[in-house]
Amino acid sequence: MSYETHEHDVLIIGAGGAGLRAAVEAASNNLSVGVVSKSLLGKAHTVMAEGGIAAAMANVDPKDSWQTHFCDTMKGGKFLNNWRMAQLHAQEAPDRIRELEDWGALFDRTPDGEILQRAFGGHTYKRLCHVGDRTGLEMIRTLQDKGVHSGIDVYMELTIFRLFKDGGKIAGAIGYWRKNGEFVVFKVKAIVLATGGGGKAYQITSNSWECTGDGHSLAYEAGAELIDMEFFQFHPTGMVWPPGVRGLLVTEGVRGEGGLLRNNKNERFMQRYDPQRMELSTRDMVSRSIYTEVKEGRGSPHGGVFLDISHLPAERVKKKLPSMYHQFKDLADVDITKEPMEVGPTAHYMMGGVRVDADTGASTISGLFACGEVSGGMHGANRLGGNSLSDLVVFGRRAGAGAAEYARKLAFFPTVDKNELEKAAKDMEAPFQRSGDEDPYQIHRELQESMQGLVGIFRTEGDLKKGISKIEELKQRAAKVAIKGKREYNPGWHLVGDLKSMLTVSEAVAKAALARKESRGAHSRLDYPNLDEKFGKLNVVVSQKNGEMNISTSPVPEMPEELKNLLAENK
Amino acid sequence: MPDVTFKVYRGDAKGGKAVEYAVPISPGMVVLDAIHYIQGYLSPDLAVRWNCKAAKCGSCSAEVNGKPALMCKSRLDSLPIDKPITVYPMKTFPLIKDLVCDVSWNFEVNKKIPPYQPIEKKPKIFQDDVDRVQEFRKCIECFLCQDVCHVLREHEKKAEFVGPRFFVRLAGLEMHPNDGADRSEFMKNTAGIGWCNITKCCTEVCPEEIHITDNAIIPLKERVADRFFDPVRWFFRKLFGTK
Ligand SMILES: Cc1cc2nc3c(=O)[nH]c(=O)nc-3n(C[C@H](O)[C@H](O)[C@H](O)COP(=O)(O)OP(=O)(O)OC[C@H]3O[C@@H](n4cnc5c(N)ncnc54)[C@H](O)[C@@H]3O)c2cc1C
Ligand code: SF4
Ligand code: SF4
Ligand code: FES
Repeated sequence: MSYETHEHDVLIIGAGGAGLRAAVEAASNNLSVGVVSKSLLGKAHTVMAEGGIAAAMANVDPKDSWQTHFCDTMKGGKFLNNWRMAQLHAQEAPDRIRELEDWGALFDRTPDGEILQRAFGGHTYKRLCHVGDRTGLEMIRTLQDKGVHSGIDVYMELTIFRLFKDGGKIAGAIGYWRKNGEFVVFKVKAIVLATGGGGKAYQITSNSWECTGDGHSLAYEAGAELIDMEFFQFHPTGMVWPPGVRGLLVTEGVRGEGGLLRNNKNERFMQRYDPQRMELSTRDMVSRSIYTEVKEGRGSPHGGVFLDISHLPAERVKKKLPSMYHQFKDLADVDITKEPMEVGPTAHYMMGGVRVDADTGASTISGLFACGEVSGGMHGANRLGGNSLSDLVVFGRRAGAGAAEYARKLAFFPTVDKNELEKAAKDMEAPFQRSGDEDPYQIHRELQESMQGLVGIFRTEGDLKKGISKIEELKQRAAKVAIKGKREYNPGWHLVGDLKSMLTVSEAVAKAALARKESRGAHSRLDYPNLDEKFGKLNVVVSQKNGEMNISTSPVPEMPEELKNLLAENK
Repeated sequence: MPDVTFKVYRGDAKGGKAVEYAVPISPGMVVLDAIHYIQGYLSPDLAVRWNCKAAKCGSCSAEVNGKPALMCKSRLDSLPIDKPITVYPMKTFPLIKDLVCDVSWNFEVNKKIPPYQPIEKKPKIFQDDVDRVQEFRKCIECFLCQDVCHVLREHEKKAEFVGPRFFVRLAGLEMHPNDGADRSEFMKNTAGIGWCNITKCCTEVCPEEIHITDNAIIPLKERVADRFFDPVRWFFRKLFGTK
């Protein structure tokens, strides 16, 4: 078979904040750069980011510094973070934000005309640059326009489903156009994965349909290592009512602006769990606290707790949280300037991901790079709010540069093996040839239910084992799915591919969670409720060995003395 | 709760027809929930575009009971559910399949717009400057305004007229406190701002409540007029930043 074929020095898979920033960087090296995305340009999940982007600009709190941001990030991550990533992130985030403004972005201002910063959980100082609660939109539009005028080729509504190697090196990828179902082959020197997270494996999630862990799964199948997969962040405040919007995010900005959490006894229950930081405690802590309140019967009518911002002047609420105001008014008939919201935990962010080199974003496979939510290491056991948007631009830039440098040194394009190509195409078409009544939507619903119930906020060995065997069953059923209709824009067919990624990611999360016999950050084991020093020195590593998922551990990289001292001083 | 009947357009560029589906409803439900129900239980190949389900990404535009709207923001309790609810794709763009249109023309137009061009000596930016431009920058590119604008919808002027969405974008650039490009020529000749006769249909459908006509198009028209008929005034505007 012959397929539509394109050649690029660097192919970037994903057009969220990380992918676009990587594309701009790679293109600035005079290379041919392609960017693919499952949806239209500008619709990636990053567009939904609300609260802000963290950087120690010290505009509002002059005492802030990269050192404090570094310490906060490490503490939030329970010291499992890759220290070098946390350091680069803290040092470079302010420059990346100034750069966004140089490219036309506009953030809210302090009275003397500097970029305004707001408070967020786990950050010692007011640190989040923002534009109301539409920060992600501002970022993605800026990067999108910058990218379009940097000469990159954009392939919209094209889904990549397999990567190819030549010897040990990345050589290409195959995908399909949504609009006509036709296959497309990319021959490349380097690939940057920027595919975002995998929240759609859970029933209650803030994530969009695209977040199915494709990049995690593509990297895993190509033989790359994944780390920290057991850490899945449940954001404490998702909407709980009405049913159709369950899980939809309520930005931490609400608490940053002074929102209070109460139970049905009108108690500010965070007093019981973290009296010092209260509502601005870290996300793992607030999620567990809400979960516990609800479980012990002190929840709101629809199984959440109350989040109240109505004590602030209505005008201020509308100004600082405009999209929250509309979201509740339009979708839940709640006027947040007058009454409390009902909120509960929602699956939100994957700390785990492709293991990368901090400076270049290189994975453990030559020519394969990763940045943004699909990469692991930066956030350790728990991510602080606002640290993702900054992660996207800091490491998007670095991975773009890393891939460009790698591609420049490669004299020839590696070859994509014809047989492998044919096999990938055949596998993808197979559901049309099958008959039977296995349906991808039904399997997806069962996966979401199992992940929610068995691999959720609180975990036990028994539940995790049940979850793993359910995933095994679903994997076998997914291999028998039959699809009807044509290849043109067929969502059922599309879901077959997404499902495969979600199953891989779910298996990795569950198996890594089983391996970590302690509670740390976002990973809470009822059967091992305490921190265990031994595990505090280990990352859990997931990789494919002889077609099987292999779980191992590797030591957390050792920090240089000066950073150790910094943390000691900052206790 | 009772079932509601949805008449959803099924077909492609070659033609098609509306098909009826009975969908059980629940409190707070939106049209996109019904479409997902149909996909998940009745017809897995029903094509629809969506991402956020929170009115933030502008993907799920369609014509619900004949009105251009975001499906994820169209509450069933705001529609008469004793009659079938019709869901059709946007009419102004070529159909790919079912509810999904080919909106690529918009992305081509966007590429032609002279990009942000920072001035050399940047002034301090204050909140008022940000607020003024944010109205335009909050556009989620749903293209509903493009769908409803008669210049594009009935008169097929896609070659001569960029449509309201891109006047919003142009306004965002032109009123950016640090931008120094001159887009008057572009607005007059390529963007075809003269075609707009200020019927305000675009403003009415904008889910972000951007005052497309009053705050973007009319000021841009004035700018173009100044540039071509009152160059002195235009020059002063440029010089003193009353952009
Ligand atoms: C509602 C919400 C609010 C948030 N608010 C904040 C906040 O205020 N501050 C903060 O720091 N973080 C926030 N986050 C987290 C942050 O937005 C995300 O972690 C971040 O946007 C991820 O960006 P990304 O570039 O890695 O991936 P994404 O933006 O998810 O983009 C992924 C891209 O990859 C493409 N893709 C995926 N798979 C494939 C494939 N197989 N083939 C081709 N393309 C593919 C997609 O189409 C998409 O273009 C929020 C998250 C949510 C859900
Ligand atoms: S006001 Fe102008 S741009 Fe808006 S719909 Fe009418 S003609 Fe079109
Ligand atoms: S201006 Fe309004 S209607 Fe037009 S594309 Fe933007 S958000 Fe949609
Ligand atoms: S799905 Fe994003 S606007 Fe409707």
